[in-house]
Amino acid sequence: MSAITLKVNGSPHVLDVDPATPLLYVLSDDLALEGPKFGCGLGQCGACTVIVKGQAIRSCITPVESVAGADITTLEGLGTVDKPHPIQRAFIEEQAAQCGFCLNAVILTAKAFLDRNPKASPEEIRQALSNVLCRCFTHVRMLRAIERYQQELPR
Amino acid sequence: MTPRAGFSRRNFLKTSGALIVTVALDGAAEAQFGIAPIAGSPSTRQLDSWIAIAADGSVTAYTGKEELGQGISTAQTQLVAEELCVPIERVKLIYCDTALTPDQSYTSGSQSHPANFNHNNLAQAGATARQTLLRLASERLGIPIEQLTAKDGVIRAQSGAPKQVTYGELIGGHKFNLALDPQARRKPPAEWTILGKPVPQRDLPAIVTGQFEFVHNVRLPRMLHGRVVRPPAVGSTVISVDESSIRGLPGVVKVVVRKNFVGVVAEKPWQALQAASKLKVAWTPGTGLPGHADFYEWLRKQPARDTLMVDSQDIDSKLAQAATVLRATYHYPYQMHGSMGSSCAVADVASDRATLWSATQGVWYQKTTSALLLGLKPENVRVIFRRGSGCYGLNGADTVTYDAALLSQAVGKPVRVQLTRKDEMAWENYGNAFVIDLRAGLDTQGNIIAWDHQAWSASYGNRPGAAMPGNVITGLLAGFEPDAFTPRPAVAPRAYNNNSNAIPSYLAGSVGGKAGGTGTVRSERVLVHTVQSPFWTGPLRSPARLQNTFAHESFMDELAAHAKADPVEFRLRHLSHERLRAVVEAAAKAANWDRRPSPQSGSSQTGTAVGRGIACVAYEGENGYSAVVAEVEVHPDSGQIAVKRLVCAADCGPISNPDGLRNQIEGGALQGMSRALLEEVTWDDQKVTSFDWRTYRTLPLGFDVPKIETVLLNRPDEAATGAGELSITVVAAAIGNAVFDATGARLRQVPFTPERVKAALNLRS
Repeated sequence: MSAITLKVNGSPHVLDVDPATPLLYVLSDDLALEGPKFGCGLGQCGACTVIVKGQAIRSCITPVESVAGADITTLEGLGTVDKPHPIQRAFIEEQAAQCGFCLNAVILTAKAFLDRNPKASPEEIRQALSNVLCRCFTHVRMLRAIERYQQELPR
Repeated sequence: MTPRAGFSRRNFLKTSGALIVTVALDGAAEAQFGIAPIAGSPSTRQLDSWIAIAADGSVTAYTGKEELGQGISTAQTQLVAEELCVPIERVKLIYCDTALTPDQSYTSGSQSHPANFNHNNLAQAGATARQTLLRLASERLGIPIEQLTAKDGVIRAQSGAPKQVTYGELIGGHKFNLALDPQARRKPPAEWTILGKPVPQRDLPAIVTGQFEFVHNVRLPRMLHGRVVRPPAVGSTVISVDESSIRGLPGVVKVVVRKNFVGVVAEKPWQALQAASKLKVAWTPGTGLPGHADFYEWLRKQPARDTLMVDSQDIDSKLAQAATVLRATYHYPYQMHGSMGSSCAVADVASDRATLWSATQGVWYQKTTSALLLGLKPENVRVIFRRGSGCYGLNGADTVTYDAALLSQAVGKPVRVQLTRKDEMAWENYGNAFVIDLRAGLDTQGNIIAWDHQAWSASYGNRPGAAMPGNVITGLLAGFEPDAFTPRPAVAPRAYNNNSNAIPSYLAGSVGGKAGGTGTVRSERVLVHTVQSPFWTGPLRSPARLQNTFAHESFMDELAAHAKADPVEFRLRHLSHERLRAVVEAAAKAANWDRRPSPQSGSSQTGTAVGRGIACVAYEGENGYSAVVAEVEVHPDSGQIAVKRLVCAADCGPISNPDGLRNQIEGGALQGMSRALLEEVTWDDQKVTSFDWRTYRTLPLGFDVPKIETVLLNRPDEAATGAGELSITVVAAAIGNAVFDATGARLRQVPFTPERVKAALNLRS
C-alpha cells in the first residue's frame, strides 16, 4: 500500500492503495463513482473507459500508479442530469440507449476522439469505435448521437 | 424510477401512500409461466397492490414486470399516467420487489405487454382507479359521473361549473380497499394522449450522466466483496482447498467452500480477485465433452425426449404423391447472452433472514430458490430487483445472486459479487444448439402440399423456477441437482401450441380438428427431439423460435426457388393469416421489393454480388408479427457478407411507444445480424473455450452498420403482443436468403463465417 494522489473530475484525492490496483477499482470502490463500469476486466469492451490527458483509456487494465497526478475525467465529470454535457444531451435527444451499461464506453470514447478530431469522417469515427461493444446493439442511435455531437463542435 | 438501495422501506411507505401486502391467490402468473404465485407478495387482484395515491396527488404504481433495457418501465409509466389522467412526471413506478410488488412471475418471453397492457393487471388497475376516483368525486361534488372529467389529477364538472376536487383530496394517503374491476372501462387508443406517443426513456438522463444505480452500484454499510472459483473443466469436483495458499494476502476475510462451490470474501474487490486467482484448489478431471467438430451428428444419436407438435398422419403418403420432394438440414450453434457487464449481485444474509439485490428476471423464484440454498424460510427472504447489464434472457444474474447469498451467509455480512468475464461466459446457460431436418413436397404447380419438420436440440438446466436452484451452475456446485432429464417417446399432440415456433408459419396447424396455424399446408408433421446437453442451456432472446425460424424461412426460400416463384409471392400464397401477410407486404413495399424468383439471373460467379432476401414469422404463433427484408453484398474472394439495408415491419397490436418499439426492432435486427454472422460457443474435450470477447466475437460499435428502416403497423383494436423479439427472430434467414439471391449459394449453418460462405459458393452447380 502507498499513498497516491488522483485528480478526478477536478478534485484531488489522496488514497492509500496497492499501486498495482487497476484504476477502475479505485474509482468504483474507493471513490464510489458509478460512471466507469466493470465489463470484462481485460480492456476488450470499453465499459471502464475514462479520459486521461484527453485520451480515452481502459481503466480496468491501467495500474493506478500510472495515472497518479494526471487529470482524470469520468462520465459524471462531464455534466449532470440538470445540465448535461453536449454529448450527453445528444444521447438523450437521440434516445441512444437500451440497457445503458455501455454508455460510459461509447460516450467517453467518442468524446475523446472527436474533441481531438472534430472533422473526422464517419469511417474514422467507426474506426475509433472498433473496440467498443454494445450488446443491445443500439448502434444506429448511438452513431446518430455521436454525429449530432460532432456537428455542435467548433471546427 | 426506483429508490436507491439505501432507501428504507419505512421511509418508502411514508412517502408513497398506502400499501397492502396479502397472499396472492390468483393465477395470472400461473397462466403465463405455469408456476403458482409465491406467497407473501401483494395480491394481483387488489387495486392497492398496483396503485397508491399520496396526499400530494402523486401516483406510485407497482408492477411485477421490470426494466431490462427493453423500455417497459417507460411504457408502464405511460400506461398508468394515461389511465389515471395525470402527467407522466407525477407517476413513480416501482418494479419487482418481492416485498412490495405483485407477483407477475418472470419478466421474459415477450410477455410484459400481453400481461399489463390488455384488460388485466396494471392496465385494469389504472382503469379501476380512475373509475373509483370519478365515483368518489361524484359523491363529493354531487355531480353525476358522466358529467365529470378527470385531467391532471383533478376532477371537474364538464359544464365548466367551478366545482372540482383533486385525487389527493379524494383518497391521498388512504387505501382503495377494492378488487380490480374487470368491467372498468379502459381508455380506448383513440383517446390516448400519453400512451402511443414517443415518450423518452425515463432513466436515461441519470444513466448518461453516471448517476444511475445499477445492481453493480449497490453499496451497503459493512459490505464485503466476494469472488468465486469455478471448476477448471465441465464436471470437475473439489478434491481439496488449500486455504494456506492465500494466507497473509491483504484484505482476505474468508475462504468459503460448500461441496463444489468455492469462493473468497475480502474487504475490497481487487483483493478478492487476487485471492481467488491465487487460491489453490485441487479438482478432479472433467467428465469430458463430445467433439465440437462432429457435435451435430452426436446430437442426433442421443436418447431423446420427443414431442409431436402437429401430425396429420399422412405425411409420408402425401410426400410420396408429390411432384417434387425437397430436403435440407440446418444447423444452429450454442450462442451466449454475453452481457456487457458481467453479472453482479449484493446479498445481506443474517441467521434467519436475507435481502438480495439482483438483476434476475424472476425475483419471486430467486426468493424461493435462494431460501432453499440458504436453508431459510422463503417468507424471510426478500429479493429486490436492480437493473443490470442487458441480459437477453437467462444470463449470469440468477447464479451470481446465489454466489453473493452463499458468501454473505458464510461471513454474516453483506457481500457483493461480480463475476469475472470468464466465469460469466464459460458457465452461463447458453442458447440451445439445433439440428433441423426439413422435407417438403411440391405439386406440379409448385404449391407446397406437405411439410415435415424433425429437430434435435440439447438442453440442460434452465431457469431455476420456484424450486430448482441446481438449474444454474452455483446451485449445482452447492449440491442441488438440475431438472431431471428423462427420455420418452412422443404422444399425439393434444392442443395447438406454437410457443417455440417449431411449427412453420405455412402449416395449417391442425390439432384435434381445429386449425390453429397461420398457413395453408394441411399435410404436416412437426417432431422435436430434446437431448441432454453437455453444457448449461436456458432462454436466450427468441429461444428456439429463432433457430426454428432460421430453418423454416431458409427452407421456404429454397422451395420458392425450386418453384421459380418470387419469395414474397410464394410466402403469401401459403399464408392464411391476415396480420402475418400484412407485415410481409409492408416490408416488401417499404423495401421496394423487386418481384422475381431467386437467385437473380446473371448473378456473377466472380466479383461483388448483390441480393435481397425476406423472412417472416408469427412470433410464438400469435404473439406479434414480423417480416424483414435484407439487402446484402457478398464478396466471393473473402467470403465476407456486408449487410447494407434491413427493412423491418412489425405488428404488435396497439403501439405503446413508437420510439421505444423502433429501438427494440433496430437493436433486435443488429443483434440478430451479429448472431447470424459471428456468434458461436466453442469448446475442447474438457471445457468451454469461448470465455472473452476475443474467443466469442460480437459486432462492435464500429462495424459497417446497415441502414435500418422500421415499418410499424399499429393495430389499436387488437390485443397487445410482445415486441422485443420480433426482428431478431427473422434476420438470420433474411440475410441467408439475400446471399442466395445474390450468388445462388445456400447457407444452412449459422454463423455465416467467411469459410462457410466460400464453401457454399464452391458448392454451386
